[in-house]
Amino acid sequence: MVLTDIPTKVVYKRPEALDPRVTHYCPGCTHGVAHRLVAEVLEEMGQVENTIGVASVGCSVFAYNYFEFDFVEAAHGRAPAMATGIKRVLPDRMIFTYQGDGDLASIGMGEIVGAASRGEKITVVFINNANYGMTGGQMAPTTLPNQKTTSSPTGRDVERQGYPIQTAELLSTLGGAVYVVRRSLHSSREVRRAKQAIRTAFEVQKHDLGFSLVELLSTCPTNWGMTPVEARDWIEERMLTYYPLGDYKVSPAVADLKI
Amino acid sequence: MPAKGYIVVNELYCKACELCVTDCPHDVLALDMDRLTPKGYHPAHMVNPEACTGCGICARVCPDAAITVYRYEKQKVEA
Amino acid sequence: MAKELIKGNTAVAEAALRAGLEAYFGYPITPQTELLEHLSARMPELGRPFVQAESELGAINMVYGAACTGKRVMTSSSSPGVSLMMEGLSYIAGTEVPAVLVDVVRGGPGLGNIAPAQGDYNQIVHGGGHGDYHLIVLAPASVQEAVDLTVLAFDLAEKYRNIVAVLLDGSIGQMMEPAELPPMQPLKTETPDWAVRGTQGGEKRILTSINLDPPAQEVMNLRLMKRWQEIEKNEIRYKTYFMDDAEYVVVGFGTAGRVSLSAVRAAREKGIKVGLLRPITVAPFPKNVLDELTEKVKAFLVVEMNAGQMLEDVRLVVRGRKPVEFFGRMGGVVPFPDEVLTEIERLVEGSLTTEGHPRDRWLSRLSETIG
Repeated sequence: MVLTDIPTKVVYKRPEALDPRVTHYCPGCTHGVAHRLVAEVLEEMGQVENTIGVASVGCSVFAYNYFEFDFVEAAHGRAPAMATGIKRVLPDRMIFTYQGDGDLASIGMGEIVGAASRGEKITVVFINNANYGMTGGQMAPTTLPNQKTTSSPTGRDVERQGYPIQTAELLSTLGGAVYVVRRSLHSSREVRRAKQAIRTAFEVQKHDLGFSLVELLSTCPTNWGMTPVEARDWIEERMLTYYPLGDYKVSPAVADLKI
Repeated sequence: MPAKGYIVVNELYCKACELCVTDCPHDVLALDMDRLTPKGYHPAHMVNPEACTGCGICARVCPDAAITVYRYEKQKVEA
Repeated sequence: MAKELIKGNTAVAEAALRAGLEAYFGYPITPQTELLEHLSARMPELGRPFVQAESELGAINMVYGAACTGKRVMTSSSSPGVSLMMEGLSYIAGTEVPAVLVDVVRGGPGLGNIAPAQGDYNQIVHGGGHGDYHLIVLAPASVQEAVDLTVLAFDLAEKYRNIVAVLLDGSIGQMMEPAELPPMQPLKTETPDWAVRGTQGGEKRILTSINLDPPAQEVMNLRLMKRWQEIEKNEIRYKTYFMDDAEYVVVGFGTAGRVSLSAVRAAREKGIKVGLLRPITVAPFPKNVLDELTEKVKAFLVVEMNAGQMLEDVRLVVRGRKPVEFFGRMGGVVPFPDEVLTEIERLVEGSLTTEGHPRDRWLSRLSETIG
């Protein structure tokens, strides 16, 4: 029973930087959490009116429908290049890309390595859910060994189909990348840490320090064939060993940032 | 133990994913099997409102930003 | 301003810069690399962004991003690189933002070679990227013309929110000629009302090329087509030479047009009443003038540095009313004026027909020449 005659304060409400539209994401899909965190962070930083997002191709292709700021749509994999073009001509805006496994680690590998190595002052939110969601659950560069997907129906055979790519580790070797971390969205504690990382990543951009990327282990309940709750457990049981959470690159300037 | 807060679920957004139900540390929430949202989901709601501390964990895990969290202000004890 | 002896690629780069180019994104590829190198020095001098991208794929998408902000942007490449850019060009066209592409064409297909060619006419004039869209394509035949058309390209791109391609045969990019560069123009200060910029308190703008709803996509497609009709009505450009009493007309663009001009002059000295039609916009194609000429002349000779691509556009307009013959060199081989003169003479002497396909007749002759 809610007591209405006692004064209350709002502890949390839906961020205004989120468009009022209902998202098309599946129930329990952590894309929604990632979107919410980006909206919260930009709002808290007062950057909503200064931001241009670059949507990519995947389940989040309509990301631009879910935020209350300017957006462009990139071709599959090309978001870091598009973001580079925008940031170079509008250096005082906050430019970020929002990409999934296929977009960033497969078709877009050239563009992300290019942008990171050049130290483009953009922020990348990378959603790793170990499969290609939008197209129905095919194998991704992030699919785990033995994981069944629609294009690895008997389980990913590393002999024939190769090994997963550990993106945060890979990009952390690049000089222009100053903040490359991996977080997860599988529990409320990890969501809190993910938000802090996203905040740091945008602060890196605000202070012109270089390229920042947050890899977020995410669920795909529909294509994993699980409930949203089971999917979060799967991250904990299966993904964390292959994709350890942590800070893979924190340059001294980033470490000194007071946020 | 009187409630320290309460939550409101906006049924437009709730997709019955049950992440909030699972993560609530005080078992406040459950899906309301007697009702359907406009999209056909059973929305989450408080079944144990007295236990709500207004901690906000439910809102933090909600993928659809469907939850608003309130906390009761501390009241002056009248002498 | 005075004329200077300048290389085509360098002249185009500097002309773009002076026309208010705000950002350049490119990748090295012969025979246009000098353009990139020139801008790699000049753009930072002027405090303007220059990025050598990770590939042409990266470059065209950087152009796409910057174009969405309404700024004047350009990339340049050559045949294999332009193939890589086709996806990006389709997206830019589908988003209706302006951009300039300088395409310096070399021998192909495949890796081909680095010699001049015109084998990409179809790719650049008739699409190349997926979907219904058109590029405005300007084809200079000299370094000076390349300079002037580069400046025009930015204006046309903005006027119509269209991509404009400056199509240079490799020769135009590489050769040095006297040319006058335009004066330095100041950068634009206004942002178009469709550009993304960060809302700054205003309305949110989205630039995308996706339209999941087919009827909505069709409305967009219709808009693109009507825009193209406007462009066809207003922006056709061409040059005619020795046309007043011409009985035969040579049609050629770019370097082929220029070589043909020398041949036409030589033919005139021999008393042959031949003229030259040199399209400057190959897209939109100068249909009307060609149509008028069809009524007046006896036959056409199309000269290209490919296997007959503009040839088909000429044949489409002529519609079998008069004979159309073809002469081409491929693979990076540049025709000499005396070769074209021989063809003109053959046109004048020989029995002409509107039957069959001129390409087949040409291929037999070419097989005999080059074995």
